Amino acid sequence: MSVKSVMIVGVGGQGTLLASRILGAAMLEKGFDVKVGEVHGMSQRGGSVVTYVRYGEKVASPVIERGEADVLLAFEQLEAARALPYLKSGGTAVVNTQQVDPMPVVTGQAVYPQGLLPAMKGMGVEVFDVDALGLAEKAGSQKAVNVVLIGAMARRLEPDEGLWLRAVKACVPEKFYGLNERAFRLGFGA
Amino acid sequence: MKELLLGNEAVARGLFEAGVRVVSSYPGTPSTEITEAAAKFPEINCEWAPNEKVAAEVAAGASIGGARSFCAMKHVGLNVAADPVFTMSYIGVNGGMVLAVADDPGMHSSQNEQDSRNYARAAKLPMLEPADAGECRDFTKLAYGLSEEFDTPVVLRLTTRIAHARGVVDCGERVEAPLKDYQKDAAKNVMLPAFARPKHGKVEERTRALVQWAEGCEVNRIENNGKKTGVICAGAVYQYAREALGDSVNYLKLGLVWPLPEKLILNFAALCDTVYVAEELDDFIEQHCKALGVKAVGKELFPRCGELSQRLIRKLVAGEELPAQELLEPLPVRPPVMCCGCPHRGLFYALKRAGVFVSGDIGCYTLGASAPLSAMDACICMGASVSALHGFNKAREGQWAQKAVAVIGDSTFIHSGITSLIDIAYNRTDSTVIILDNSITGMTGHQQNPSTGYNIYNEPAQAVDLEALCRAVGIHRVRVVDPYDLKGTQQALAEELAAKEPSVLISRRPCALLKSVKHKAPLAVDPEKCVGCKSCMGIGCPAVSMREGRAVIDATQCVGCGVCAALCGKGAMA
Repeated sequence: MSVKSVMIVGVGGQGTLLASRILGAAMLEKGFDVKVGEVHGMSQRGGSVVTYVRYGEKVASPVIERGEADVLLAFEQLEAARALPYLKSGGTAVVNTQQVDPMPVVTGQAVYPQGLLPAMKGMGVEVFDVDALGLAEKAGSQKAVNVVLIGAMARRLEPDEGLWLRAVKACVPEKFYGLNERAFRLGFGA
Repeated sequence: MKELLLGNEAVARGLFEAGVRVVSSYPGTPSTEITEAAAKFPEINCEWAPNEKVAAEVAAGASIGGARSFCAMKHVGLNVAADPVFTMSYIGVNGGMVLAVADDPGMHSSQNEQDSRNYARAAKLPMLEPADAGECRDFTKLAYGLSEEFDTPVVLRLTTRIAHARGVVDCGERVEAPLKDYQKDAAKNVMLPAFARPKHGKVEERTRALVQWAEGCEVNRIENNGKKTGVICAGAVYQYAREALGDSVNYLKLGLVWPLPEKLILNFAALCDTVYVAEELDDFIEQHCKALGVKAVGKELFPRCGELSQRLIRKLVAGEELPAQELLEPLPVRPPVMCCGCPHRGLFYALKRAGVFVSGDIGCYTLGASAPLSAMDACICMGASVSALHGFNKAREGQWAQKAVAVIGDSTFIHSGITSLIDIAYNRTDSTVIILDNSITGMTGHQQNPSTGYNIYNEPAQAVDLEALCRAVGIHRVRVVDPYDLKGTQQALAEELAAKEPSVLISRRPCALLKSVKHKAPLAVDPEKCVGCKSCMGIGCPAVSMREGRAVIDATQCVGCGVCAALCGKGAMA
């Protein structure tokens, strides 16, 4: 199989690293070569964060560049728009409808752009918007937003729900598995 | 067993498998996780040292003592550790010694973009550079063999994209490296001039022997695809080149980036009509190739600044670009910010209001330089805030001493601020130094340090008493404030600035992200009381924003620190 590239973007603190870990674990179980590019350190402090997951027969680069991503998983609308140039034409974007104001918006130096979702939908890519916060609340905790989104992305990559749930189980603390399983299933069905 | 490990975790795995016994490091992005992962192996005795110089010396002593030893640091940490490293090059090893240095091209989390390969050449130490997590494990193990065979410390060079990329690692078993005998040998281990002179000659011989090794070693390999174009590369750049160019070119993939082979490079060049040297930052390999007479294409094509990428190589070498969506313009940027409830916020607000010169340092609090706090005037390196303030006050002959401060975190103060404070006391300026004591090394992701009272295993440990330490070096005015108490902080700051003697103000409050910190209930804005004056907006809290002319607090983010409420003249936030 040719290499698949999944780009995960969000705001520092949203739990994007867990998403890349679960995706990586699932693809490793399928026997693929996997590389995951993470960014740690300063940018985690509420800044834009980007994680790359690439899997296939043999993966070289751990990063994804403009026009290379097959799938974009965005934890936040503005970050989805920022990452859009990385998505291939005809690629798939799974976008959380949540909006988190960046500091220039908080301080009133900029405004949060309106109409991002419709604009993205008009750009030759497939956009699925997910109310992950709502679904996470339904699952039992707002903190499960990331696992809802992983579920929503998962269905578009690989239909074997069991494979995914094993990866979730391997990557989250045991006492939270029940919550995360519910969150995953809600996302998978979204 | 196959595991998906971070490059850094794979280095730790290599340490485990190589029988390493002693690890001493100071945290620094992107190197930190190596030591954190190593500490999970009970067979390895790990510690967080006060700074990189200490860490390298601990590893050196452990090596002399017969153990396989290791230390890790970020690129700028190697500047701190350079002193022992240059002389350990002469001494060599008893137990193998490896030092990992993680460079940060692109400066994801660093204050400069220095290329540590120059250190390998300058200190005459072999340097290995892995290109993925699997090689991180393999090269770490190889490094110990090299170290003991050639009687030299070995440097393992990582970059952010290797250290912080996960890859598949086929994990093996630990092979114990029994403690070697220790025998007194002053000619080897005591670097008096009389002993060091013959050692220098041996180091030069060693480098020549390593060049021979480099000609035929497995980690330097030619991938001959029968093409007329060749690319010489190492580390992450090899992956970018493979991604961009596939089998359309030949590769010389270097695993040992110092010393560099000669015949191997000439043989590779002879296969190709055009040779590119693709490397990030300096023209390190390129200079070597050109000195050998190889007409390589290097920095006239590839940038010296920032990271390379498959996109850049595709564009510069193959002249191709992938089609991509246009960016939806204009999008507001999302810079990193101090977290909700960050104890640094109140202190920086006080500094902003006081309008003082702020000599800054390295840590989360460097974010105090960003809007809306914008309360930092200079930031150089670890510990420099304190000494640079002293110099600033000397230059301005005291006239600014009442309106200038240094800010430094607890870990950074221990790292190298204390010696600077001694200078302030000894060579007397009426400087005001603020220690931001958040009880943890924050920016690198919560490591213990000598002032926290815990060691790397979270076991209770001797804690440095910061107040007593400052007094002991001759600072007579030492006081502690709680930065959540804005009024108290502002008053203490004014008094210490006015004092006609050196002083230390400790702004003490644990990092809001620590699991041990219990948060209060989120605050809410009473829309009846809020007049939309935006007083609360001046602190740059991500949880506070304006909606339809009134302040609102995001309850999912607010941790109830109350700093915004202290600024509200209408009592609207509670």
